[in-house]
Amino acid sequence: MSLQLVEWTTNWPLVLPYFDGSVPAGFPSPAEDYLETPLDLHDFLIDNKAATFLMRVDGDSMRDAGILDGDLLVVDRAAKPDNGCVVVVAVNGEYTVKRLRRGPDCVWLEPANPRYQPIRVSIGEDLHVFGVVKHAIHTLR
Amino acid sequence: MGEVFGLIDCNNFYVSCERVFRPDLEGRPVIVLSNNDGCAVSRSAEARPWVAMGDPVFKIRDIIKRENIAVFSSNYALYGSLSEKVTSTLLSMVPTIETYSIDESFLNLGEFGEREVEPLARELRDRVHRWVGIPTCVGIAPTKTLAKVANFIAKKRPQYAGVCDLRSASVRAELLPTVPVDEVWGIGGASAAKLAKLGVQTAADLAALNPDDARALMTVTGGRTVYELRGISCLPLELMEPTRKGIAVTRSFGAPVISWQTMREAIASYATRAAEKMRRYKVAAENIFVFMHTSTFNNDPFYSNGASARFVETTNDTGEVVALAMRLGERLWRDGFRYSKCGVMITELLPETIRQPALWGELDRDRREQAWKVMDKLNATLGRDTVRILGGGPKDAAWKLKAEHRSPRWTTRWDELPKVTAR
Repeated sequence: MSLQLVEWTTNWPLVLPYFDGSVPAGFPSPAEDYLETPLDLHDFLIDNKAATFLMRVDGDSMRDAGILDGDLLVVDRAAKPDNGCVVVVAVNGEYTVKRLRRGPDCVWLEPANPRYQPIRVSIGEDLHVFGVVKHAIHTLR
Repeated sequence: MGEVFGLIDCNNFYVSCERVFRPDLEGRPVIVLSNNDGCAVSRSAEARPWVAMGDPVFKIRDIIKRENIAVFSSNYALYGSLSEKVTSTLLSMVPTIETYSIDESFLNLGEFGEREVEPLARELRDRVHRWVGIPTCVGIAPTKTLAKVANFIAKKRPQYAGVCDLRSASVRAELLPTVPVDEVWGIGGASAAKLAKLGVQTAADLAALNPDDARALMTVTGGRTVYELRGISCLPLELMEPTRKGIAVTRSFGAPVISWQTMREAIASYATRAAEKMRRYKVAAENIFVFMHTSTFNNDPFYSNGASARFVETTNDTGEVVALAMRLGERLWRDGFRYSKCGVMITELLPETIRQPALWGELDRDRREQAWKVMDKLNATLGRDTVRILGGGPKDAAWKLKAEHRSPRWTTRWDELPKVTAR
């Protein structure tokens, strides 16, 4: 069986043209000396390609943190899960998205919606953090 | 000045890939099946006591049920994508690596200080696990063959915590006698049997063998293996992509094929795939070989046949490759058999820029090439087989591979991204 890797970076051209307008041949363009590379959204969204994964949100428990149902999450596994950051973490065998709060003798996994309860994880209990959520991409429909 | 090689390899890679997005599979026995859901090709530690490498799935159905083993079809889109992430992670710390297979890479560690090597290997393991979620083991040694041995020891013996360093001759003297000779890189069953007659049973015995005797027994590579085991490096890192020597698209059918119409579809779609690959590697075919056969594992009447033909001029044009493959297939086809497999192989590849034009070119090659390029582009963007030639049959043809337990292509498809609950 052959291996075909569809690398999403190569077929997802996020290139935004910064300069528009055709130039008649033979007439020197006034912008010629100022040509720059187009902006690429990857530079903004992704620090570390190898360690970055995309995931899709299912539910509204992080609503007040600006993470809505159906949003696309950019998750970085290389980033350190610092106090207060939003993480993807395994709870009861499934990945869920929560804000991480360090207490004196435990870690709290906090939702961002009053309808949900925080989860307390004692020091010494296994905490499997998948990665740190860097961006939630929300598409207006 | 001495060379130092590392060999990092992913622990039961396919199973580890399946676990990255499924935290519920931690601690549960997991196996991954070969193409067509035939036999177990990757087993988690928990599954090893119950399932042997290569066990056909129909033989282990009861054990799968009893032990609650999670079973997956091969998901190469996922494995390829995670393999690429592992490679990028390695390159973030080690500038020169040779990707040896989908789950193994040789590392050039000679550029690092003598004392830095082992901590670096540990940090590398840690980083691959953190960034990609895949567990690995590392072997360190002055030769590639010894690095493979070191990796084997690291994998088999937990006390090494995933890293085994065989740079010191005294450590080698202690450990090589504990490694069976058939675990040495390049020593297959046939060589091991010949060696056993000479009383060579371990890697240490083989290192002590006279290289001339090894050569007489196992050609020049055998002699090289002896030197490599003694710590004399004969195999440098191969950093160049070897030019592809041939392209083969061969597959077992999901269900036996009994009609020529179905066989045509299979041959056409394999030929299509071969032409796509040639265009991707910028090579062209001089000739083509097609074969088909019935199963040797059941009591079906046996028939097996193959034939090859030459192209009028070298080509990687889907239309031409398919047309000639079909003509060959027609000649091979016999009614009344239950075919289990067919394949399309191209053995002589030339760079596509070298053309020996035929005396009478009938095809408008440039326009056709444009068309195939557009088709490749569409398929690269919209997913494989979005645009297909008609002869390849429907997308869900019965002869297509069985992959009944394939996990989502978590990392390569927008509509198959992992869900994160926020409930």
